[in-house]
Amino acid sequence: MRNKRALFAVPYVGWMALFVLAPIVMVVIYAFSAASGGFTLDNFARMGTYAVVFARSFKLALIATAVCLLVGYPVAYMISREGPRFQRIAMMLVMLPMWMNFLLRTYSWMSILENTGLLNRFFSAVGLIGLVNRLCGTDLAYFPMINTQGAVVLGMVYNYLPFMILPIYSVIEKLDGSLLEAARDLGANSARVFLRVILPLSLPGVLSGVTMVFVPSVSTFAISKLLGGSNELLLGDLIEQQFLGTAYNPYLGSAIALVMMVIVVVCMAVMNRFGEGEEQAVML
Amino acid sequence: MKKSFATLLALTMVLTLCLTGCGGGGGKRVVNVCGWGENIDEDLIRQFEEETGIHVNYQTAESNETMYSLIKQGGADYDVIVPSDYMIAQMISEGLLEKLDYSNIPNFDLIDSQYKNLSYDPQNEYTVPYTWGTLGIIYNSTMVDEEITSWSALFDPKYAGQVGMIGNPRDAVGAALLYLGYSVNTTSEDEIRQAYQLIADAKANGIYQGFFMDQLYDKMEAGETAICAYYAGDFLSMHDNNPDLRYVVPDEGSNWFVDAMCVLAGAEHKAEAEEWINFICRTESCLANMDFIWYASPNQEALASYPAYYEKNNGEALDPALYQIMAAPADVLERCEVYQNLPAGTLALYSELWVELGIE
Amino acid sequence: MKRHGRTLNRLLMALVFLFLYAPIFVLIVFSFNDSSSRTVWQGFTLRWYVELVQDRQIMSALSATLLVSLLSTVIATAAGTMAAVGFFSMKKRWRRPLLTVNSIPMTNADIVTGVSLCLLFVAFFAGWETFAQSVNAAQGLIRLPTRLHMGFGTLLIAHITFNIPYVILNVLPKLRQMDKNLVDAAQDLGCTWMQAFWKVVLPEIKPGIVSGALIAFTMSVDDFVISYFTAGSATSTLAMVVYGMTKRRISPKINAISSLLFGTVLALLVIVNVREARQEKQMAQRRL
Repeated sequence: MRNKRALFAVPYVGWMALFVLAPIVMVVIYAFSAASGGFTLDNFARMGTYAVVFARSFKLALIATAVCLLVGYPVAYMISREGPRFQRIAMMLVMLPMWMNFLLRTYSWMSILENTGLLNRFFSAVGLIGLVNRLCGTDLAYFPMINTQGAVVLGMVYNYLPFMILPIYSVIEKLDGSLLEAARDLGANSARVFLRVILPLSLPGVLSGVTMVFVPSVSTFAISKLLGGSNELLLGDLIEQQFLGTAYNPYLGSAIALVMMVIVVVCMAVMNRFGEGEEQAVML
Repeated sequence: MKKSFATLLALTMVLTLCLTGCGGGGGKRVVNVCGWGENIDEDLIRQFEEETGIHVNYQTAESNETMYSLIKQGGADYDVIVPSDYMIAQMISEGLLEKLDYSNIPNFDLIDSQYKNLSYDPQNEYTVPYTWGTLGIIYNSTMVDEEITSWSALFDPKYAGQVGMIGNPRDAVGAALLYLGYSVNTTSEDEIRQAYQLIADAKANGIYQGFFMDQLYDKMEAGETAICAYYAGDFLSMHDNNPDLRYVVPDEGSNWFVDAMCVLAGAEHKAEAEEWINFICRTESCLANMDFIWYASPNQEALASYPAYYEKNNGEALDPALYQIMAAPADVLERCEVYQNLPAGTLALYSELWVELGIE
Repeated sequence: MKRHGRTLNRLLMALVFLFLYAPIFVLIVFSFNDSSSRTVWQGFTLRWYVELVQDRQIMSALSATLLVSLLSTVIATAAGTMAAVGFFSMKKRWRRPLLTVNSIPMTNADIVTGVSLCLLFVAFFAGWETFAQSVNAAQGLIRLPTRLHMGFGTLLIAHITFNIPYVILNVLPKLRQMDKNLVDAAQDLGCTWMQAFWKVVLPEIKPGIVSGALIAFTMSVDDFVISYFTAGSATSTLAMVVYGMTKRRISPKINAISSLLFGTVLALLVIVNVREARQEKQMAQRRL
C-alpha cells in the first residue's frame, strides 16, 4: 500500500531527470567540448587566466556574507524577542522588498550613490564634503562611491540580507523557551545563555542563511554591472559574457560555470559537516 | 499572510485574464524586429501596424556582440535585425542572414548609391541601410576646460575618474588603435595588443568610471560623466537634454558606420519583414525617424530635406553645426574608416583581450 | 537598564529597515517626478502612471510575468504536493538521494540553473529540427514545425523547475507532523485511500501547501536570472524589461508600475493584518 503511494513521486522524478539532471550533464558536456566539436581540456586549461576573477568573486561574496551575518543575526534575534504582533509585522517588512524587482532596487542605489547622486548632494548641502576637504586637505567635489567594490558589496548585502534574516529568525523563534529558562535557573547569565544555548541551537539557521547569501552573491552579474560599472568582472559577469554577452563562447562559459559549481558544492559540503545536515531550515 | 496570499492570487488571476484578453487574437500577421535602444520613432511602428495590419514585436539589443550571442545561442526568433557593418560581414560569412528579394522592397531605390555595395555586402544581396554616422568623443564643456580634438582624451590621466569608456570591444580598441596611428581594421596582433594595453593602463590608472553603452545617455546628460566615446546620433539626443555637451570627430580620424536592416536566415515572417523594411525606407518614414533618433538616413531625399522638415516642425532653423554632426560632410568622412570584418583569429583575439580587460 | 536596551534594539532594527526601504522610497518618490531625471526633483506629476497604460512593452511584460508566475505556481503546487506525498511514502534509501537532487535548483546558483537549462533547450531544439525534417520528408500528411524557439513555454518549464522544490520542502514537514493513524482511521471507516487523502491528509498539510505556494509565487515574480537565460527574445518578463532599461535609462514608467505592484501587496498585507488583529481582539474579549 505504502509503496504504491510512492508512485506519486514518479512524474516528478522524471521531471527532475529531464530538467534538473540533464541540464547539468549538458554543462559538463559543453565544458569538455571544443567549438569545432570533439573532446578537449582546453576550456579548463584557460581557467588559470580567470583565477583573479574567482578570487575576487569569492572575496566580495565572503565579505557580503559576513556583513549580512553580522547585521542579520542580531536583527533576527531582536525580532524574536518582541511580541507576536511585532514579529509578524517585522517579518513581513523583511519579505516585502522582494516584491519590488531587485534590479530596480539596485538601480535605485545607483541614483543614491552616484557622484551627482542623492547622497553626495546631501553631503554637500550639509557641508560635509567641505568639512572633510578642510580636515584632510583634500579637494573633493564629491565622495566617490559608485563603481567601486564597496558599492558592489553594498548591493549584495542589500539584496540578500532578507535571505539571512529569515532562516535565522525561523530557527530562533522555534527554540524551546523552557530550555532558556532551564539555563537561567541553573545560573547562567544572559550572555552565557546566548553563547551556550541560543547560538549553537540556531546554527542550522545560520548555515542555511550563509548558503542563501553566499551562492547568489558569488554568482551575481547584474549587481556588479550596475554598481561596479563593469570595471571588475565577477564570475557571474564572466559566465554571462560567454552566453549572452560580448564574447560568445558557451564552451568556456560552461567550463567556468562547472568549476564554480564544484567549488560551491565543496564549500557547502564542508560547512554542512558542522551543521545538522539533512534538511535545512525552510523560510517562513 | 495566508489569506492575503489567496486574495493576491485571485487578484492576479483577474488581472492576467484582463491583460491577456486585451492583447489576444491569434492568426495575425507578425514581424519580429530587433533594433538598438532609442533607435526608432515608435510612432512609425503604430503607423505600420495601422497600414498593413501586421503586428510588430519590437525588441532592442545592447550591442552587436550581445545580439550576435543571442542569435548564435538560438534564443532569438527575430525576423529583421539591424546590425552594424562589420557584424553584418561576420554574419554573412557564417550563413546567419537570408538573401533579400529586392522586388519586394521598391523603396530600396531611394537609398543613396553611396551606401550600396559596401564592403560588408559587396553584391548588396542581404542588406538595406538604415542609418549611418560617425563615432566620436562627446564631452561636457562645463566639466572640461579645453577643446578636445584627439582620442588622447580617453587615455589622459588628467581626466582620471571622469571618462566613461565605450563598452564594446570593436569601438574601444578601435579608438585606441586610432590614437596610436594604426588602422581600425588592422590584423596585426602586435598593434591590437598595444591598443589593448593602452586601455588596460588607462583603466589601471583609474581614468575610467566604467565601461558603458546606452547608460551613457543618462550619465552624460546628468553631468555624471565628463567625457565618453559614442555615436553622433546619440550625441544629438543627449544634446537635446543638455546643451553643454560637445561632439568632435578627433583629428586622428574615426570610424564611420552603417547600420543596415537584414533578415535572419530561416526567418518565419520573411514577407512581413520585407514589407517592414520597405516601409522604413520611405522618405516620410526616414524623415520622422531622423527627427526622433538623430541618426542620418541613407535616403538621399530625406537627408537633403531634413533641415526644412526640422524647421517646419519646430518653428526654428536647424543649427547647421548640428546638421553637420548628424550628416558628416565629405572632409570628415575622409578621415574615417569603415570597420571591416576581421579574420576569425583576430576576432577571437578581440574577445579574449576584452574578457581579460575585465579581469585585470 | 532593560528599557534602555530595548530602545537601543529598536533603534538598530529601525536602521536596518531604513537601509532596506530607502531605495524603495526613492523609487516611489521619483515615480511622481515631473522629469525623467533620477536625482533632481522637478515637481509632482501623475503622467508616468498615465503613460504606463499605453506602454505596450511594459504591459505585455506585466502580463507575461503574472501569467508565468501564476501558472508555474499552480502547476508546481499541485506537482510538488503530489511528489511530496510520494517521497513521504518512500523508503529512506530512495528518498535521500531524490531529496538531494530536489534541492539542486535551490542551492545551485541561479546563473548555473539558467545557463544549463538554456543549453538543454538549445540541444533539444537542434535534435527536434533533424527529427522534424526527416518526418516531414518521409510523409506528406502532417507538417511538423522544424524551428522551435525559446519563449513562453521554456520560461514556464524553468519556473516550474525551480518552484517545485520550495513546495516539497514546505509540504514534507507537515506530512511528517501528521498523525499517521488518521489515514488508517479514515480507511477503517470505509474511505478509499483517495477519499482519505482529500478529506484527511489535505486539510492537515494545507498550511504547508499554502506557504510553499506563497514562496513559489514570490520567487517567480522576483526571478530575473533564470528567466533571462530561458525566455529567448520573444517573451520578456518585467524583470527583463527592467534589465534592458538599466542598460539605457530607466523610464519612470517602470518606477510607476513597480510602485503600483508594491502598493498593492502592501495594502493587502495591511488589510489582512488589521483584520486578523481585530479578530484576535474579539476572541480575547469573548474569552473575558
